Amino acid sequence: MAISHSNGWMLPGGLLGCLMLWAAVATGQTKNSCLDCHSNLPEPLGVTQEKFSHDIHAQKGLTCASCHGGDPTSDDPDKAMSRKAGWKGKIDRKQIPQLCGTCHSDTTYIRQFNPSLRTDQLSQYRTSVHGKRLALGDTKVAVCTDCHSVHDLRAPTDSQSTVNPVNVANTCARCHADANYMAEYKIPTSQFAEYGKSVHHEALVVRGDLSAPTCTTCHGNHGATPPGFASVANVCSTCHVFQAQLFDASPHKEAFSSAGLPGCVTCHSNHGILHPTDELIGTDEKAVCTQCHTEGDAGFVAAGKMKQQLVQLAGAIDGADQILSRAEQSGMEVSQASLDLVQARDVLTKARVTVHSFNVARIESEIKPGMETAAKDYDAGKKAMAEREYRRVGLGVSLVAIALVLVGFRLYLKQIES
Amino acid sequence: MATGDEGMISPADHIDPVPRRQFVELVLGSGVLATVVAFVYPVLRYLVPPKELDLGSDAVVAGRVGELKPNSGKVFRFGNRPGLLIRTAGGDYRAMSATCTHLSCTVQYRDDMQQVWCACHNGHYDLNGRNIAGPPPRPLELYEVQVRGEEIFVRRRREA
Amino acid sequence: MGLLRGLRSWLDERFGWDALIAPLRKKTVPLHRFSYWYFLGGITLFLFIIQVVTGILLLLYYRPGASEAFESVQYIMTRVQFGWLIRSIHSWSANLMIFTAFAHMFSVLFFKAYRKPRELTWVSGVILLFLVMGFGFSGYLLPWNTLAFFATKVGTEITGQVPIVGRPMMIFLRGGEEVTGATLTRFFGFHVAVLPGLTTLLILVHLLLVQRLGISVPPKLEAEWKASPAQRREMKFFPNFMLRELMAWYVALGVLGALAAIFPWNLGIKADPFVSAPAGIKPEWYFLFMFQTLKLIPPKVWFIDGEVIGVVVFGLIALLWLLLPFLGRNHPSRVQRWITGIGIFALAYMAGMTVYGHFAQ
Repeated sequence: MAISHSNGWMLPGGLLGCLMLWAAVATGQTKNSCLDCHSNLPEPLGVTQEKFSHDIHAQKGLTCASCHGGDPTSDDPDKAMSRKAGWKGKIDRKQIPQLCGTCHSDTTYIRQFNPSLRTDQLSQYRTSVHGKRLALGDTKVAVCTDCHSVHDLRAPTDSQSTVNPVNVANTCARCHADANYMAEYKIPTSQFAEYGKSVHHEALVVRGDLSAPTCTTCHGNHGATPPGFASVANVCSTCHVFQAQLFDASPHKEAFSSAGLPGCVTCHSNHGILHPTDELIGTDEKAVCTQCHTEGDAGFVAAGKMKQQLVQLAGAIDGADQILSRAEQSGMEVSQASLDLVQARDVLTKARVTVHSFNVARIESEIKPGMETAAKDYDAGKKAMAEREYRRVGLGVSLVAIALVLVGFRLYLKQIES
Repeated sequence: MATGDEGMISPADHIDPVPRRQFVELVLGSGVLATVVAFVYPVLRYLVPPKELDLGSDAVVAGRVGELKPNSGKVFRFGNRPGLLIRTAGGDYRAMSATCTHLSCTVQYRDDMQQVWCACHNGHYDLNGRNIAGPPPRPLELYEVQVRGEEIFVRRRREA
Repeated sequence: MGLLRGLRSWLDERFGWDALIAPLRKKTVPLHRFSYWYFLGGITLFLFIIQVVTGILLLLYYRPGASEAFESVQYIMTRVQFGWLIRSIHSWSANLMIFTAFAHMFSVLFFKAYRKPRELTWVSGVILLFLVMGFGFSGYLLPWNTLAFFATKVGTEITGQVPIVGRPMMIFLRGGEEVTGATLTRFFGFHVAVLPGLTTLLILVHLLLVQRLGISVPPKLEAEWKASPAQRREMKFFPNFMLRELMAWYVALGVLGALAAIFPWNLGIKADPFVSAPAGIKPEWYFLFMFQTLKLIPPKVWFIDGEVIGVVVFGLIALLWLLLPFLGRNHPSRVQRWITGIGIFALAYMAGMTVYGHFAQ
């Protein structure tokens, strides 16, 4: 077919079209005209290409239009942001959970991206304090985007994600530590500060130990509700199994629930959980026992006895450790005794857990073998020090012999020189 | 270092020269003998090798073949720390540190769970020492096991 | 005593023993108020013999090699009967020996015993001093603990600063680019084979020269005795001086035993090349004066590295020290006074820098 003048544009036009298609496919990006304008706009309308590149939705191929509607292929603002094209504009806060849920509650849809991703977040959310209040019209509560961020939403496994376990407390604190923001709700705002002092914070945020809890571990994330006083102990016991079991079998369980006191929290606090020391138990003013027990009652006596047991064993271990170190530094062989001392330390660690049974006889029977081991090791240390003395004696003997020789030489010399 | 002055009477003259010489020889002789013994005795003791064999390179005999039934474990001494020797249900041997990475209690092998367990705070490790449940933040250090003849040797893993 | 006489005649019939030791019987030692200084050489020799004996004993249990060295020393210290004693004596005697070697060298310097005809005795002695310090440096690494590891690292690093030959020398010493188990093996070889061989040879040369040339007397005294020979006092070496020397050796033995028993040498922590150096690493005291000097030199002098200058200067001083007797042969007494002055300065400098280095951060 001859190429006439009127059809002359077909070939180059077709080529150009192919080129564009190829470019679009090759770069893997569907055209997103929204960013062309909005990357140059100031806040709150601005979303830079760089920011959006971190967003997991963008990485999976979704565009602005996936949530906001409209036509992302058109460069004409009127066409792009037309109601006909389904443009929603800024999403109303009350609508956000619903919007996210259109995909995230759809198992079939989500399966294409990550089959193991949960799809119950929306239904969970509706049971939470945040969800319930939102349904009543309170727009101050958290919605999806408050915690997960928006436009640069990262997967929770990303260390920079606002919902990565290490960062969760900071995210919750944005509202829950703001006294002014929370004023009308009449709940404390000291939790974040307290958590910052706790041993859980130290483990999770400072040491990076992901087995330690943050806000959402105990309160839930989407179905966030504080556990009621009756169920707080259940939360703690998911990790602290032994202590919970012992406590449940102890007289304190009944006593606490009838007094309306939450287990665990009463002695250990809920947010500011500090590393427990032996000072927590006993009969002096620093101990928690004296908050309820007074001089003369059975509990007071028991507390005193338990404290004494722990302190005794800790002291015995310390004493053995000191003498063994001194012997070792003098060059004595004490490795077997040092190893045995480890067993005594095990006993002490276990006894500190058994304290939660509040059963004096039980603790005494556990501590006894520990004391025996510590005493044995102390003896080993003493023996090593005795060996050290033996060396001194040996030295003394040789020095006497040497002195004898010197005297003998002196006399001999005098003799042959006179 | 002076020479003696002849002709002067000194208290020493009253002692008979021959017994005096014998006395000096006695002192010198016994002194030298004493020092020689004091030095030779430790050296002789030193030359005798001690009973505990030095296996060097951190290798320790953890047990003997036949001592452990399948699906059981034992704690043995590894240097200054406890070690855990496990015979799996399949019959092969594993060895790892027995010091729990949480608060240093000594772990044990649980045949009912076929896992390593710490009694202090309910920490669980799998048979490769990996911490799989409970408070332990890190896995248990694995050791190398070698069966030579009747003895089971355990040593630290060599770096590449 | 009859037994000894019988043995002597037996040896004489087969070795010409009497003729062999005749010169020894005639040997005398000059007697004057400084004669006690003559003991120092003998004590150094005695300590060397102690080192050889305890060293051989340690060899029965020590294992060179990064994975076994530390453990074998630990074994010696804790399991072997009197292992702690042998090892501690070896470590203390090493330090004492370096001290007496330096003292011997300085006393020879100040009493000008290096002057003609004893120049070669001096040269062999200075080389022996360097060998003894090499013993100290190589032996220090053998227990393979953290301090030793990093001290060796720093020490060999400084060697690498010598211009041109420094780097090849450092690689030769280290057995590679870094301090590793290969360094340990190499140092072990130096310490138990190379250095003992060289040292024994040189000691024989040194002693032979001393025997042949007799004991030197300080120049002023020599002049006095030349003027009035009746004033000259000598002591027979055998048995009088020798017995006194033996007494000194016994005292040294007692001191060693006391040090070993009361201050046993510690094990330290096993070396780990991947751990960063602990703060304030210092070499052993006998290298401290050089180390401290290097620390005080500014990083750059004109365009040359400060450390390079330090190392080169020390090298030149070592060479100078070696060739001391050959300097200024035309004006011996004037040069000798200069040498005495330099000697006093060197002693004061070394002592001062050592103390400074010990207390410095």
